[in-house]
Amino acid sequence: MLFTSYGFIGFLTVLFLLYYTVFRGNQWKLLLAFSYIFYAAAHPSYLAYICFTTLTIYVAGLRIQGIGDDSKEYLASVKDSITKEDKKIYKTGVKRSQKKWLISCLIVNFGILIGVKYVFPVLLTFNANLIPLMDIIIPLGISFYTLQAAGYVIDVYRGTVPAEANLGRLALFVSFFPQLIQGPISRFGDLSATLYEKHEFNPGVFCAGIERIMWGFFKKLVIADRIGPLVAAISGDPEKYRGGYVLALLLLYTIQLYADFTGGIDIVIGIGQSLGITVRENFNRPYFSKTLKEYWRRWHITMCEWFRNYVFYPVSTSKALQSFSKFSRKTFGDRAGKRIPVYLASFIVWLLTGLWHGAGWNFIVWGLLNWFLLMMGEELEGWSDGLEEKLHWREKFAFKAFRVLRTFLLVMALNLFDCYATVGQTLGSFISIFNTGNLSVLGDGSLFELGMSPADFVLAGIGVLVMLAVSLIQRKGSLRERIARSPFAARSLVWIGLFMVILILGAYGIGYDASQFIYNRF
Amino acid sequence: MEELMEILKSLHPDIDFEKEDRLVEDMILDSFDIVTLVTEINDRFDVEILAEHLIPENFNSAQAMYELIQELED
Repeated sequence: MLFTSYGFIGFLTVLFLLYYTVFRGNQWKLLLAFSYIFYAAAHPSYLAYICFTTLTIYVAGLRIQGIGDDSKEYLASVKDSITKEDKKIYKTGVKRSQKKWLISCLIVNFGILIGVKYVFPVLLTFNANLIPLMDIIIPLGISFYTLQAAGYVIDVYRGTVPAEANLGRLALFVSFFPQLIQGPISRFGDLSATLYEKHEFNPGVFCAGIERIMWGFFKKLVIADRIGPLVAAISGDPEKYRGGYVLALLLLYTIQLYADFTGGIDIVIGIGQSLGITVRENFNRPYFSKTLKEYWRRWHITMCEWFRNYVFYPVSTSKALQSFSKFSRKTFGDRAGKRIPVYLASFIVWLLTGLWHGAGWNFIVWGLLNWFLLMMGEELEGWSDGLEEKLHWREKFAFKAFRVLRTFLLVMALNLFDCYATVGQTLGSFISIFNTGNLSVLGDGSLFELGMSPADFVLAGIGVLVMLAVSLIQRKGSLRERIARSPFAARSLVWIGLFMVILILGAYGIGYDASQFIYNRF
Repeated sequence: MEELMEILKSLHPDIDFEKEDRLVEDMILDSFDIVTLVTEINDRFDVEILAEHLIPENFNSAQAMYELIQELED
């Protein structure tokens, strides 16, 4: 069930009605039922996967907590007779038992993810008869909910959150339908704060949620889906469309990806808000970043935080890397010796981030290129900071704009790995920009023959300008808060205007079927 | 505390670590700085900082880091 389908709007309407009326006392139970209905609508077999994941993290969480509680009780009972040394040995044993549960749970869940996402596609190449099974074998959103579920059980192990004793509540955390298929990847401590509470209907909050949903629809239907056919046409035939076409693709795909992904997340956060539930923000005007490092703090924030908290930190603080760090400092000197282990941990993170996006080599190369550029940025940071200081450039608007543009160009180039099936096609297409000599296609009307008419270009362009204006206004605070503070008539005008724009200018047509969100495939 | 200040100063000579109390939240220290700090602290104070200790509250100020070290030494 696509977010942008009439079926989904009907589904949401029924949910809102029941949520604030007959199910007011059992709101989270209703949400669980609707989440499972939403997931089963994609394919009933998916429920088996998500139930299994929920059960494993439920049992592991309770066992980890149980072992911890028992040990505290024991230590309290022997506190006068136990030596410091014995206490340390005992605590190490307890941690080891808890770790066994944690590791087993992670192996099982990531084993399933690896099996369906990486091993099964390899089997397909040997046996084409399996292709019809693809939709059953690879459950929608498994990459997202597996990370979220793993995060929960690691947090219980770390003592950051208590284990959830109610299986139903934990099942809702894993399957909460708005964020099930493209995130954000929530942490239990954040989402649970409002997920299980009773929410009274608050017209202001509800309307603000609907407004956010409409903003998401605007980005998706007016901008992303309008650009989509042209992006698909150019990237679908890398032999035919080279040079100037690839240059157009670079810019258009970067706009499409932003409108599609942030639009999808706007819908998720808006649904949450309409239900009284706070879902984490996943973007913070990323295309205004001055460096790639800053970009990765502002784009897909929850995924980056997941990899930082659950991969980068554990790898960096592991005994193996700490020992390597000592060796590295002895061998390469203090400065380089300190950096090499951090870069190594970062390499692992970016390799896994690439793999998480997909099994192809282009995702791996994309991840490692990001790593390489980030490391280059780290190495050159001191030098460029000194130069900027000396030349008094840092606060100059033109220099800031140059840095933003430079980062945007880098991001555009990296995004090209998303568009093509192989690394060879990606690199070949990128190089063709410089040696094909057909940049005239950008202005001679050739692009209009690829699924986007001049009117589509104008409408998408206006949409992008609106998006840009909103981003610029947001620099000085939330635009939505300003709208919320304005008189009711003005607010109504904004809502009606947005609704009409989506209805009239959304990429519809006879038999139009809104396309799947780009991030659903990861 | 002096030894910790020395480590912090060598990492970011331009920061006044005696006054700053939002080092992580204000992004003065990023994740690279934090893991570099962890290695230094583990080495110099003979403690073992684990991934679960890497939360903003433990690294927002020099005082918070010092308290974490003391807790781990106990």
